[in-house]
Amino acid sequence: MRHLISINDLDREDIRYILKKAEEFEDVARGEKRLKILEGKILGNLFFEPSTRTRMSFEVAMKRLGGEVINMTAQEASSVAKGETLADTIRVVSGYCDAIVIRHPLEGAARFAAENSSVPVINAGDGAGQHPTQTLLDLYTIQKECGRLDGISIALVGDLKYSRTIHSLIKALTLFDTKIYLVSPEALALPDEMLEEIDGNVQRAQLDEVIGNVDVVYVTRIQKERFPDEEEYRKVAGSYRITLNTIRNAREEMIIMHPLPRVDEVDPEVDSTRHAKYFQQAFYGVPVRMAILSEVML
Amino acid sequence: MKELVISKIKNGTVIDHINSGKALLVLKILGIDMETSLTVSMAMNVPSSKMGKKDIVKVEGMFISDDELNKIALISPNATINLIKDYEIERKFKVTPPEVVEGVLKCPNPMCISNAEREPVKSIFYISMEDKEVTARCHYCRRKIKDLAKYIS
Ligand SMILES: [Zn+2]
Repeated sequence: MRHLISINDLDREDIRYILKKAEEFEDVARGEKRLKILEGKILGNLFFEPSTRTRMSFEVAMKRLGGEVINMTAQEASSVAKGETLADTIRVVSGYCDAIVIRHPLEGAARFAAENSSVPVINAGDGAGQHPTQTLLDLYTIQKECGRLDGISIALVGDLKYSRTIHSLIKALTLFDTKIYLVSPEALALPDEMLEEIDGNVQRAQLDEVIGNVDVVYVTRIQKERFPDEEEYRKVAGSYRITLNTIRNAREEMIIMHPLPRVDEVDPEVDSTRHAKYFQQAFYGVPVRMAILSEVML
Repeated sequence: MKELVISKIKNGTVIDHINSGKALLVLKILGIDMETSLTVSMAMNVPSSKMGKKDIVKVEGMFISDDELNKIALISPNATINLIKDYEIERKFKVTPPEVVEGVLKCPNPMCISNAEREPVKSIFYISMEDKEVTARCHYCRRKIKDLAKYIS
């Protein structure tokens, strides 16, 4: 693997390979074991829009493997790169480091960056486009917490229209033998174009109908600005909020995931139940990114 | 081989079996406008046994390049091209939609990097046939487009 731009570029075997590698890095990610395999290597974090968690997660992954990080924050990007093209920035920065992580507001920016880079490029989100490391850590979470990827049934809840997290996750899940329930208000349903593109076991559902037989409930944020009127938003947002009551009929081993940050999609009361895995999920981002970094730089 | 609608040409290109209504777009692709000094004849909505109605374009003194030919395939995948020398057909071929076109279509997604001003970026689209319709997918943002005539830049 040279670049990691889109989850669509990976097949089942590639995904399995990365997840297996991540597993090997887990105790290093926790700081229980030391590794210096990326000693002397430098990662360039280029964040043209802010995403502190993603940036920190890459930084931790790199440092845990003995490597170093240089950062360009969104603020620097706008002042330093005044008038400079993305292509030029990439050409310059790829001369400074051994791999680049890029986050950019325009779709396809990561692919374009890769075409102008002399070192591997990892996409950390380009506009409404792709965020493949998020998808890989989501898959890793499912595999770790459910013990498998094949044979999983999952309810995707919330904003299925605009959430790129959801779009790439669906793509990846359909590479495995999974059953996907789409739970969303009509206004935020999965776009038809996406539905046409996926070839898998997918159907719309109500959460209370399926809560008793799913292995995973994956919740995303419903953003206020997606709704023309606040009243409409309140009605919808409330009905997709996960509370102790929502999950009273869930299987004992059902897990709840959320890409974070959450606003009020998951009631804090749920945090202390065995179902809540979103903080664990955030941690899993570290070993997964370690696997990716070591893969592209070694 | 009767062609009564428009007169024969001596040297040049005849593009036949253009989807009806697309002849003006073919001229645009060929870079022919009101200012042209070439002798151009065009017929629209000509009865055709195969297509019902078709358009025809003849350009005296111009030999179409492969690049232009590819573009015509995008809007009219059934078009046939005849290269004429001394009133005789020297070469006759059908267009085939190319697998990839670079710099031909403009991505309609305003948030696509291929529309970023000043970036040294060329639009790239992957072409495929779906239900006899030519569709294209943007290399950068993956947006899929149909009715490609609208996006020829
Ligand atoms: Zn595009």
